[in-house]
Amino acid sequence: MLLIDCPWCGPRDEIEFVCGGESHIVRPAPEVDDAAWADYMFMRTNPKGRHAERWGHVHGCGQWFSLVRDTVTHEISAVYRFDQPRPAERD
Amino acid sequence: MRRLAEGGRIDRSQLLNFYFDQRRLQGFAGDTLASALLANGVSIVGRSFKYHRPRGIMAAGPEEPNALVTLGDGALAEPNLRATDIPLQDGLYATSQNRWPSLGFDVGATADMLSRFLPAGFYYKTFMWPGWRYFEPHIRRAAGLGPAPTTVEPDPERYLRRYHHCDVLVIGAGPAGLAAARAAASAGLDVTLVERDVEPGGSLLWRGGTVDGMDADGFIAGLPPLRLLTRATAIGYYDHNAVTVLEHLPPGGPARQRLWQIRARQVVLATGAIERHLVFPNNDRPGVMLADATLHYLRRHAVACGQRAIFVTNNDTAYDAALALAEAGVEIAAVADVRRGADGDAPRRARERGLKVLDGVTALATTGRGRVSAVRIGDIGGGGGRWMEADLVALSGGWTPTVHLHRQAGGTVRWDEGALAFLPDQARQAQRSAGAAAGAVTLAQTLRGGHEAGAAAAAALGAEPSVAAPVAEGCHVAAPRALWQVALPPSAGKQFVDFQNDVTAGDIALAARENYVSVEHLKRYTTLGMATDQGKTSNLPGLAILAETTARPIPEVGTTTFRPPYVAVTMGAVAADAVGEDYQPRRRLPAHDEHVAAGALFEDFGPWPRPAAYLRPGEDLDAAARREARAARAAAVMFDATPLGKIEVFGRDAETFLERIYCTPVAGLKAGRIRYGAMLTEHGVVLDDGVLARLGPDRFLLSPSSGAALRVHRWIEEWRQGEWPDLDVRIANLTHAFACVAVAGPQARAVVARIAPALDLSPAALPHMAFADGVVAGVAARIARVSFTGEVQYEITVPASHGAALWRLVQGFDEITPIGIEAWLRLRVDKGYIHVGSDSDGTSLPGDVGFGPLVARKTGDFVGKRSLLRPDAVRPDREQLVGLVASDPAFVLPVGAQILPGQGVALPVPAIGRVTSACFSEALGHGIALGRLRGGRGRIGDTVEIYHLGRRLTAQVTALPFFDPKGERLHG
Ligand SMILES: [Zn+2]
Repeated sequence: MLLIDCPWCGPRDEIEFVCGGESHIVRPAPEVDDAAWADYMFMRTNPKGRHAERWGHVHGCGQWFSLVRDTVTHEISAVYRFDQPRPAERD
Repeated sequence: MRRLAEGGRIDRSQLLNFYFDQRRLQGFAGDTLASALLANGVSIVGRSFKYHRPRGIMAAGPEEPNALVTLGDGALAEPNLRATDIPLQDGLYATSQNRWPSLGFDVGATADMLSRFLPAGFYYKTFMWPGWRYFEPHIRRAAGLGPAPTTVEPDPERYLRRYHHCDVLVIGAGPAGLAAARAAASAGLDVTLVERDVEPGGSLLWRGGTVDGMDADGFIAGLPPLRLLTRATAIGYYDHNAVTVLEHLPPGGPARQRLWQIRARQVVLATGAIERHLVFPNNDRPGVMLADATLHYLRRHAVACGQRAIFVTNNDTAYDAALALAEAGVEIAAVADVRRGADGDAPRRARERGLKVLDGVTALATTGRGRVSAVRIGDIGGGGGRWMEADLVALSGGWTPTVHLHRQAGGTVRWDEGALAFLPDQARQAQRSAGAAAGAVTLAQTLRGGHEAGAAAAAALGAEPSVAAPVAEGCHVAAPRALWQVALPPSAGKQFVDFQNDVTAGDIALAARENYVSVEHLKRYTTLGMATDQGKTSNLPGLAILAETTARPIPEVGTTTFRPPYVAVTMGAVAADAVGEDYQPRRRLPAHDEHVAAGALFEDFGPWPRPAAYLRPGEDLDAAARREARAARAAAVMFDATPLGKIEVFGRDAETFLERIYCTPVAGLKAGRIRYGAMLTEHGVVLDDGVLARLGPDRFLLSPSSGAALRVHRWIEEWRQGEWPDLDVRIANLTHAFACVAVAGPQARAVVARIAPALDLSPAALPHMAFADGVVAGVAARIARVSFTGEVQYEITVPASHGAALWRLVQGFDEITPIGIEAWLRLRVDKGYIHVGSDSDGTSLPGDVGFGPLVARKTGDFVGKRSLLRPDAVRPDREQLVGLVASDPAFVLPVGAQILPGQGVALPVPAIGRVTSACFSEALGHGIALGRLRGGRGRIGDTVEIYHLGRRLTAQVTALPFFDPKGERLHG
């Protein structure tokens, strides 16, 4: 039960959001070969630790944004808009 | 075994009648069911799970393993409730469980005599496939808890859910929790304190002691303002300090239970500790209790649990209970201490007051019919001993801190050899444990720890308590000594570890011998800790015995996982008020009442109850749907299409955006015109199909299918925001702002002409796939020509507030027949139009369902395009949409029937396709079906064999559509 700090609405319960998977995946042009397309479609970093991911506040303001969540502790260390870069890591 | 003349926190002026196994008994307000049963001398309250041994009340709290009852009857019956957790009420109706025919005489008790045939893992070893299904019903009946209510009536009680936020949540209102809450609240913070008992105070209410010179009531009265919930048990600790709390509301309240979801900035866990029993032969006889429980019943309920008691302990705490019972007039035969020369203040005080203290001994056996009458006290090594008469054997095997919530919160524990307990170590969330939950033993330690935890929670929020830590008199406590079991052979009797699941020390030893040495495997093999009490008293003794048996240190054996809920929760509380009609919000069609008046048979489609058909007298759904379908081909029908998606996409780059979203061409669409379109997932799979209209140069209206409107809106929003934020596009979902009535059939134009007389409806002015704005019944309307039926069809869209009026207006014409969704979907089968999700699935690419030529016209990129170039996507033998006509023309192929890879092939064999939609075509006079067939487009004209539920049928593969292939009717 995450508490997610929507950049537009403030802290809201996880049930108001949907998760859109890993952030910063670059969509290739259709000319790429099968391997590159498969990489885009299916390969993710899946880290044990901090993970940048997209969340949509679909039951709230409707806006999408990124956050950094620790996949072990679920600690959310950063929330940022799509037009902002991933913040530098602390510690 | 009897009520004392005075004392206790009971109201003797309120006499309550209650029933236990149909016997009428009496107790007082302030009793629990357990204390009232004890006061009435009821010794046996249940039969054990596996061996059907008689069992009595053992504890006074949620850890009680034996005293499970079913409360109420009929639709109100709730099984497996702990008598220790049930406040007595007038008229309370409780029934014991797991006995037949009665508690005193139980046929299943022969299981005890046969027990050498019922070792650990017996069921796994004996009742293996294929015989299990024959044994299972008998085993389920022989071994079990209370039956679930069998009544078909719904639960008549109400349940509620509540969301709550606070600065500091303190769980447990014993001395530690009170001190923590007091500290945090004095710092000006918003504090919520939850207590599972009926009143705050915790152990102060029965162990006594003074806090800052006051008793429990005085200390509680002086607390700063805070929110206190009683009869509220914290049952789950989730991420980001989300804690669920189950609150029992008093009779006559707004509901029976209320499930709180509390989000706290800081949490203090003052959840106390649970006393353990000692493990020795026949330690389960009624009259064997936990030492602290005897003190609890004495001080809380003025009940003496026996007349002649023997205390057996490995630590100091039992001495205070023995002294208190002695003062109340109970004869204390002895305090047997497994230690030698324990020098704590409590043992010293007991000796000074003349209690007989035996050192270095423990209980080795019990005897008694129905209830314990004597206990053999002897050397802790198992040797010697003599029988001593007692009707109460009070055990203290040490204390297990209640670390459940700390572990659920992701915290770690460490083994403390001095305390013989796992204590909270590292916390992962904003929480800290205090008091007995953190290993405190004395009241002074508990209060100090509680205050410090409250102050630390406040400090984390930038606040500081304005009160000093409460103080109590300190005392010296001697360390406990480990004695996990008695070294006696099995013939000496069963040494019970888990009372509720009848798991003995011998079972654990057997499991270890059979190499179930992981504590998680031990649990599943022996069922230790798997009962409704989740091993609150038994888990630690169990794993300690496993450690001993396998010669490993306890921390190496470790604990099993602590999972929510801490106590069992009713499904009613989880569902709360989201049941029945309130399960989810319903969308109501603006013309709902008109549909009811027209005889609609409603079916739920997502949140919308929609007319499936309009029944006339004597008709069933099929008959009505067939009549309505005929009307569509012969005259005109009207259909409530309100749920159809209406999503506006506008902005300078709207066309560019939609060109990327749709796999079908968008560019070149003229204002006022409509196109068919489909969109794909990035995997190339068909996500939805529908039409889109161009309202102006920079404005489009998308009509995704009814069931997909919300999904499509979210989908394209995610692409707009995530992938193409540079495009000037805005998206608005207007689905619910408008009502829509579709009029279809050869006479549709004549009908629409009368309601929109100002509009030129000639095919030249308003051809198929065009729309016009006009006025209908005095309100602005959009009239679009699209066709789902294959007939001339107009969709009339008006503001939702005018939907009912529009429906009534159209319904007034003689040639009009209302048509439900059943016939509507059948009409599209005539035309071979797919229904995404029925005729397609998560593997269907646009080429598989006939969109190939449209997709081929696109040059630019679009979502899913690249995936259509994968080798798998261009295989010639993909499953493709085809028509199917059974060899018996009257026969309607069953949806889901499998297409076999040849005539007369032997089964089983992989299918090569299936029937996805089917109906009887009124236009053609025979059954038709859509299906998917491997390489189907190359097999038009073939005959295939179809298998369904043991039958083999033959059908011919046909091209689509079945009806009006040139589209003359819909262009008419
Ligand atoms: Zn938001």
